[in-house]
Amino acid sequence: MKANEMANFEILKREDFSDVTYLLEVRHPLMAKAAKPGQFVIVMLNEHGERIPLTIADFDKDQGTITLVIQAVGKTTRQMQQECQVGTSLYGMVGPMGIPSPISHAKKVVCVGGGLGVAPIFPQARGFKQSGAYVIGVVGFRNKDLVFWEDKFRACCDEFIICTDDGSAGIKGLVTAGILQAIEKHPDIEEVVAIGPPIMMKGCADATRPFNIKTMVSLNPVMVDGTGMCGGCRVKIGNQVKFACVDGPDFDGHQVDFDDLMMRLRRYTKEERMALDHWEKSCRLQKSIDVAVDTADLKS
Amino acid sequence: MREQDPVVRAGNFEEVACGYHPDDAMRESERCLLCPDQPCVAGCPVGIDIPGFIQKIGEKDLRGAYDILTDTNLLPAICGRVCPQENQCEGVCTVGESLESVAIGRLERFVGDYAIKEGWINIPYIQPNRYKVGIVGSGPAGMACAADMAKAGCDVTVFEAFHQPGGVLKYGIPDFRLPNEVIDAEIGNLKQFGVKFECNTLVGRLFTIEQMVSEMGFDAVFVGVGAGYPTMLGIPGDSVNGVLSANELLTRCNLMRAKEFPNFDTPQPIGRRVAVVGAGNTAMDAMRVSIRLGAEKVYCIYRRSRKEAPARVEEVHHAEQEGVEFHWLTNPVAVLDDGKGSVRGMRCVRMELGEPDDSGRRRPVPVADSEFDFETDLIVYAIGTNANPIMGQTSKLRLNKWGYIDTDENLATSLAGVFAGGDIVTGAATVIEAMGAGRKAARSMKAYLGIRDVSRPYISEGSSIFGIDRTERNFARVRVV
Repeated sequence: MKANEMANFEILKREDFSDVTYLLEVRHPLMAKAAKPGQFVIVMLNEHGERIPLTIADFDKDQGTITLVIQAVGKTTRQMQQECQVGTSLYGMVGPMGIPSPISHAKKVVCVGGGLGVAPIFPQARGFKQSGAYVIGVVGFRNKDLVFWEDKFRACCDEFIICTDDGSAGIKGLVTAGILQAIEKHPDIEEVVAIGPPIMMKGCADATRPFNIKTMVSLNPVMVDGTGMCGGCRVKIGNQVKFACVDGPDFDGHQVDFDDLMMRLRRYTKEERMALDHWEKSCRLQKSIDVAVDTADLKS
Repeated sequence: MREQDPVVRAGNFEEVACGYHPDDAMRESERCLLCPDQPCVAGCPVGIDIPGFIQKIGEKDLRGAYDILTDTNLLPAICGRVCPQENQCEGVCTVGESLESVAIGRLERFVGDYAIKEGWINIPYIQPNRYKVGIVGSGPAGMACAADMAKAGCDVTVFEAFHQPGGVLKYGIPDFRLPNEVIDAEIGNLKQFGVKFECNTLVGRLFTIEQMVSEMGFDAVFVGVGAGYPTMLGIPGDSVNGVLSANELLTRCNLMRAKEFPNFDTPQPIGRRVAVVGAGNTAMDAMRVSIRLGAEKVYCIYRRSRKEAPARVEEVHHAEQEGVEFHWLTNPVAVLDDGKGSVRGMRCVRMELGEPDDSGRRRPVPVADSEFDFETDLIVYAIGTNANPIMGQTSKLRLNKWGYIDTDENLATSLAGVFAGGDIVTGAATVIEAMGAGRKAARSMKAYLGIRDVSRPYISEGSSIFGIDRTERNFARVRVV
């Protein structure tokens, strides 16, 4: 390992897809070489930060970068939205974690992404395309303005279906409508891969169950270390308990107990709210200090 | 040794045992008989010259005592605190046959702390040998191995998956037993030896053990990643919110500083009542952390009796002083939820002790019709850990049937040049045993690399020729340096 291969987690690129969704490209040449579709990283924004798992949205071996697409929903992701500008660095980023998604030899697959999951489904779609499969991409957004990476998906998908809640782009409806449309047209679909909010993945698993199509989902429970040590990310798969961080994050969607997962995701709702309030309060305080300093400067 | 008052300390994370005043240390050192057969040295997993350093304390030569300690143990301030001395050196102390044993651990800690305060460090003359050694895991096994390999002149890099080095010493053992400053001071010493630490590095996934050997130029690798895949009870309600492993509770509190939430982002709501299942050292840590986080009631639920509890006597005593309520011979059978996905209570069954089992301890058996419910807000499982699967998933290292790394008696694994030690080989054990394994692996690595073993240099004139120990076999270096 050469010195220049060690990462300082510098942010090389940022793109804002909407007022809540943003993309960061983080410099980490060694990880860019090791990363495979389906894996995730754990990020720490600063010394006082929490460790949050984020699925790797893309990786570039030549540029030596890891791409993350983040939704500003909680304290840390909002603070990152505010603070992670090009040229700044994350405090820490460890990975690639988890077992890579097995890119099977299925000849025809549907890759489904919704919300947070649109970005991380991309490397899987590309992986399937590279292994010679016929790839149908299905992505879901609330409306047309939130759509991103359409060109990237079109470049690696043989068919591409956009679903929006209001019908402002593509078909009107949830991603499950897109899946059913694909299944209707192609009775020989061998596999569906779905990444997104738990409720969406649950919907996808329910949609494919009657057709008995293998459906893989990527789970995103609360984690601390991400290395199998804390057990916070345990999920019920069939009648077994698995740790999403080291036994997953990909599991057979027909076996996953999504209700259990969603319940466990609400573990820290109250504390998450507290952290957010605390942070917003300190932001407001900082802002009023800044204003006061500015006025003082003007006066002097 | 003076201790913080239990009522006061239950509200803070300061150390329980305040440490010796120099006069106390002096007085204690005089109790050592300097007996000729030295059972304490044999009882120490790393073979510290215990009478030697105690004698130096008596002579008021603390620097001399520190020099003797660091000959065999680089981390005296840590070991003095966390070794189970009552089963090791102090357990076999000659004085202990009739009186209370010499407080070897406390004396060791005294010297270690004094050295940190004075900024002492013994950096030996190190002759670089161009060998590159990689250490996976920065816990006690990795630190001990790194120290020995660095002393032997190797270029040592330690890889750690967390954002801070220290392993279980940092995430597991709470501040009131082992303050972070002590760990950082000892890690600082290793850095002065030339050891490099690379955090945020998950070996196996970022690069593999095989890649370290074949592509990254490491001549030898030591794997000391610990065990740490926590066991859940497997009873109904295990996944209810408010049931967590001791590992998670401790990591959130110790490493992620949940006690300072929301100034630190990681939360750990504790609730009013906490039930901890298990009675090992980790269970005691979890209980005492819960008390300090503000729990009003902390229960210890253990299926055997106090006599069988695996925790150190001192830890049980401390937990008791701080107000933990012990429920011996009690086994959980179900977690009760409140209908909204959170813990409401626990259903337990009374146990009685039957015939001895494989471990020699009397097997607990349930008492018929003795089930009862009690209310609790948080349930912590401290019932042991299994092997972490990452090494097995990512390398061809041969594992045993429990998933731990298979090694020979010299701690060599099935891959040439790769050695392993600590919990990932033996299953959960103590800090000092892990350090002992790290040092044993270091000896094997030196033999493998053909480096002269400098850990016992020039001991006696009679047994060495030109400063080379007669019993040493690896005179030849396998590579010109």
